[in-house]
Amino acid sequence: MPNADAILSPALDVLRVREDFPILSRSVHARKGKPGKPLVYLDSGASAQKPRQVIQAMTRFLEEDYSNIHRGVHFLSQTATDQFEAVRIKVARFINAPSDRCIVFTRSSTEAINLVAASYGRTFLNEGDEVILSIMEHHANIVPWQLLQAEKKIVIKVVPCDDDGVLDLDAYRDLLSDRTKLVAITHCSNVLGTVTPAKTIAALAHERGVPVLFDGSQAVVHGPVDVQDIDADFYVFTAHKLYGPTGLGVLYGKYDLLKRMPPYQGGGDMIESVSFAGTTFKPPPSRFEAGTPPITEVIGLGAAIDYIESLGREAIAAHEHDLLQYATQQLSQVSGLRIIGTAPGKGPIISFALDGVHPHDVGTIVDQYGVAVRVGRHCAEPLAERFEVGPTVRASFGLYNTRAEADALVESLLAVKEFFGA
Amino acid sequence: MMDDLRELYQEVILDHGKNPRNFRHPDDSNRQAKGENPMCGDRFMVYLTVKDGVIEDVAFQGRGCAISTASASMMTELVRGKTAAEAETLFATFHDLCTKDDDEQGDHGPVDEDSREKLMVMSGVRQFPVRVKCATLAWHAMNAALHGQDSASSDQF
Repeated sequence: MPNADAILSPALDVLRVREDFPILSRSVHARKGKPGKPLVYLDSGASAQKPRQVIQAMTRFLEEDYSNIHRGVHFLSQTATDQFEAVRIKVARFINAPSDRCIVFTRSSTEAINLVAASYGRTFLNEGDEVILSIMEHHANIVPWQLLQAEKKIVIKVVPCDDDGVLDLDAYRDLLSDRTKLVAITHCSNVLGTVTPAKTIAALAHERGVPVLFDGSQAVVHGPVDVQDIDADFYVFTAHKLYGPTGLGVLYGKYDLLKRMPPYQGGGDMIESVSFAGTTFKPPPSRFEAGTPPITEVIGLGAAIDYIESLGREAIAAHEHDLLQYATQQLSQVSGLRIIGTAPGKGPIISFALDGVHPHDVGTIVDQYGVAVRVGRHCAEPLAERFEVGPTVRASFGLYNTRAEADALVESLLAVKEFFGA
Repeated sequence: MMDDLRELYQEVILDHGKNPRNFRHPDDSNRQAKGENPMCGDRFMVYLTVKDGVIEDVAFQGRGCAISTASASMMTELVRGKTAAEAETLFATFHDLCTKDDDEQGDHGPVDEDSREKLMVMSGVRQFPVRVKCATLAWHAMNAALHGQDSASSDQF
């Protein structure tokens, strides 16, 4: 294996960047006086590690400015509300939303999709109406629609992909019809890394007046996203994959859609007035934010966005692309290794199978070398069926990963093969 | 570190994982149960031929990792010819070996030395808590089949 330490990608000073992430300097599996192995974290697709800037912003907020928001006349409540709402504006700018009124904070991407399915879906979809998904959806963008299917007897149509993992646009065109009432498709597959042609998907749906939701949980992490350029009607993502905290998701919606949608949950902070004769609701986004939101987490997301923008999204994308190319090339030299997902322009996610060794065994052994990968079906079981692979190993790269870590993965895989005589 | 790995993946386990014994569907089986681990997709069907309270034949089919396949294979060798009660004793003893420290393991009934030694082979899994479900999957399915249930899911272990 080549020593890649010296070959750093020019886009990002990654060794400097790594110093921002305290957890990356730890080792794992140290015991009884024996030193552990340096952590090689290749599971950012499941959840990204947090830079000190995010951790400190949340700590500072809790220590200095914390209070509930939107409801107090006291000093701290106003301070906290101002900081919270400033992040809404920041998030809008981050995805080029036309207004912060289009940004709804949720608990997760999952909740954001459930919100659309429950609020928009229940209101505007009826028996026989069709929702188009793709074969590469995460369960979070399948099951909410199945719940709606059970309730409203809608029909779910699925766009296939080819053997490289490229979405079949011709099939998509054929599936679009007068019965289509919504399209909900990932912007980047969490298993294959495929980046879908969001702008084309939206344009084709809009020819028929059909709104489109994109699951941007992976896409927003790996490159600039412009919801107006895509012309997305809904766009969802989550903070914790974006180097921010858990417990916080974002729903972007076109305002004229959001304002036609009824509340998803009822409670405080989403009402104008409550009486037992009837209750009136605030306009979006407040209408969809019942109860006290994850205030500190929103502050953390704001810090994560600042951090990402300080590095430069183009620079991050270039660095991750370099890692993807390098890792793909190195992994391809491992005999018996088959990469699942080879679409052009894919994101830095590599799923693979190793002949003769079950992914679970791969995961356990590479973990002993300090290498953290995901094994399983990655919450996308229909896709596993499609590629007839069952579970796979997934290495997902983030802005802090290095070529040397790709080498460490390859070396640990060679050890796996030796172990199993595969 | 590597010692733990060698302990988990002993030669005998690698052998059973690669060449599982009793990997078939017997024509005359009269009990069967599916064992499933939804997290990783491992799925086994365990077939028992029980006559007069004795497990005359036991076999399995399915797909899983080296640990779950080897454990299933070794399970079939261990419970064949045993009574239902003896098989339950083996299961309970094995479960303790995989999940509990030596001094916390209960007495679930008599287990002969040879069987105990074979059960011990799998106990390296104790150092790898996330793999315990792999090691016990087929055993749970066998136990479910014995009790007339048609499935065991690792969500419920």
